[in-house]
Amino acid sequence: MSWLEKLIPSRIRTEGSQKKAVPEGLWAKCPACDAVLYRAELERNLDVCPKCAHHMRIGARRRLEAFLDEAPRSEIGAELEPVDALKFRDLKKYKDRLTQAQKATGEKDALIGMQGQVKGMPLVAAAFEFRFMGGSMGSVVGERFVRCVDTAIENNIPFVCFSASGGARMQEALFSLMQMAKTSAALAKMSKRGIPFISVMTDPTMGGVSASLAMLGDINVAEPKALIGFAGPRVIEQTVRQTLPEGFQRSEFLLEHGTVDMIIDRREMRDRLVKVLTMLSGQPAA
Amino acid sequence: MNMNFLEFEQPIAELEAKIEELRYVGSDSEINISEEIARLQTKSRELTESIFSKLDAWQVSQLARHPQRPYTLDYIERIFTDFEELHGDRAFADDPAIVGGIARLEGRPIMVIGQQKGRDTTEKLKRNFAMPRPEGYRKAKRLMEMAERFKMPIFTFIDTPGAYPGIDAEERGQSEAIARNLFVMAQLKTPIVCSVIGEGGSGGALAIGVGDRLLMLQYSTYSVISPEGCSTILWKSAEKAAEAAEVMGITAGRLKELGLVDQVVAEPLGGAHRDMDAMAQRLKSALLENLEVLDSIPLDKLLETRYQRLMQYGNYAEA
Repeated sequence: MSWLEKLIPSRIRTEGSQKKAVPEGLWAKCPACDAVLYRAELERNLDVCPKCAHHMRIGARRRLEAFLDEAPRSEIGAELEPVDALKFRDLKKYKDRLTQAQKATGEKDALIGMQGQVKGMPLVAAAFEFRFMGGSMGSVVGERFVRCVDTAIENNIPFVCFSASGGARMQEALFSLMQMAKTSAALAKMSKRGIPFISVMTDPTMGGVSASLAMLGDINVAEPKALIGFAGPRVIEQTVRQTLPEGFQRSEFLLEHGTVDMIIDRREMRDRLVKVLTMLSGQPAA
Repeated sequence: MNMNFLEFEQPIAELEAKIEELRYVGSDSEINISEEIARLQTKSRELTESIFSKLDAWQVSQLARHPQRPYTLDYIERIFTDFEELHGDRAFADDPAIVGGIARLEGRPIMVIGQQKGRDTTEKLKRNFAMPRPEGYRKAKRLMEMAERFKMPIFTFIDTPGAYPGIDAEERGQSEAIARNLFVMAQLKTPIVCSVIGEGGSGGALAIGVGDRLLMLQYSTYSVISPEGCSTILWKSAEKAAEAAEVMGITAGRLKELGLVDQVVAEPLGGAHRDMDAMAQRLKSALLENLEVLDSIPLDKLLETRYQRLMQYGNYAEA
């Protein structure tokens, strides 16, 4: 600390050498347009930048809270917890990574499922928590997803899943790969009963999650500018040694290539999905 | 270094070289050295047995990728008759990284599908190192649905480093192509026997890997990501591939212990490439045995069992 800094009364002195661009808490900065945003307003706007409509990543629980009606709501598969069956260890133990992720997010694993309603329409909704080990799919994610499907089948109500995931969870090795088959099989069963599944892909939806449940929607929806694909852009660039085309693997690119049905702004998600779901379930317009 | 042998096999290679040398000397000399040759051959076999009895996961993954390892078409030729290859996904192209077609197994019409690696550089490139593109998965799906219509059992041979990380593959929706196969295979009304014959690489492997039985050859591997990929991501260095292979548990034996694989098919001493015919015979017997069991199960029961089998994958605690 220089003599000059020492002169400044401690209550207005900022610690550390690097100045924070935006003070913690009250203000946030849009990573896309750099606009400084009032956090309360941003939250009211579902973390979509009011200036440039950039969709920031949001947590699973907030996502479901924003999507579902306030009541009734009941969580599905909350009692499921991950275990480290392989005693997996890389630079850190898987067990420690789990504890760390659980502490950081307050969740047991990377998928949250709920039975509830949207504008009075009963349905099941699930969302991936990307902050939990990159939203990676292991055994608990797979099992919770299947239980959501089962709940939808039992109650004959639609299922909407918001994905945000880097893919399969490496620490559960082949068990993770098999979750792709497991979740897809459950969706096949649900599809045969004529129950709608809407997959909403948010930023990012990659790897094993993209190559299973996320692409199997009766209707595939994407949020604007989300990164969606199988192989990561860096891996592709290293393999083919070519510059990737502009907007590669973004929602708009997928729409153009016929992979998703529509792109929906987060702020219109409830209205648009209910509209679609009433039609798929043969109900009168809401 | 003898390129027919992997690094850990070099002691065997040295012995074999010595035997060759003696044979050469023996043919134009008076001295009877056949006894010495026999002695060395026994020694070589014992050495091979000893080395192969304690292979680590990384060594197994090298065997699974051995340049002389039998590939899908080698097995098709030896196990089936009347093979007719069928091409194309009817929408975009034919993907040479996956071969498929109708054939007979002991006279019975069947459908066979597998990833195909190339032997020489030209073929390797043509086959894209057995890394399928979306049209490959979609061809496989088309053939599997055809098999269902004509009541043919399906045999798949898995041997791929993984899906192709290319711009075109992404443009044509490889995620959807893989996902769709998982979805379709789970409900297909015909018996499906999947065998990992070499590398079972991630989503590209699983895309033809959902069925009633999962077999693995003794020195094949099956994993969610390549050991090199795992090492790069989790250790932030490409050098820990051996460690990654070990901790992921990618070998047939380990996966059988974990309940993810139904049957391990033993390979000839030194690996499948040392005796392709014998390996094909063993695999054929295993396929026939499994088919016989599956044949005896009524179709609705078969599908229910397949579904339950998929549902039980996973480890978790219930609080």
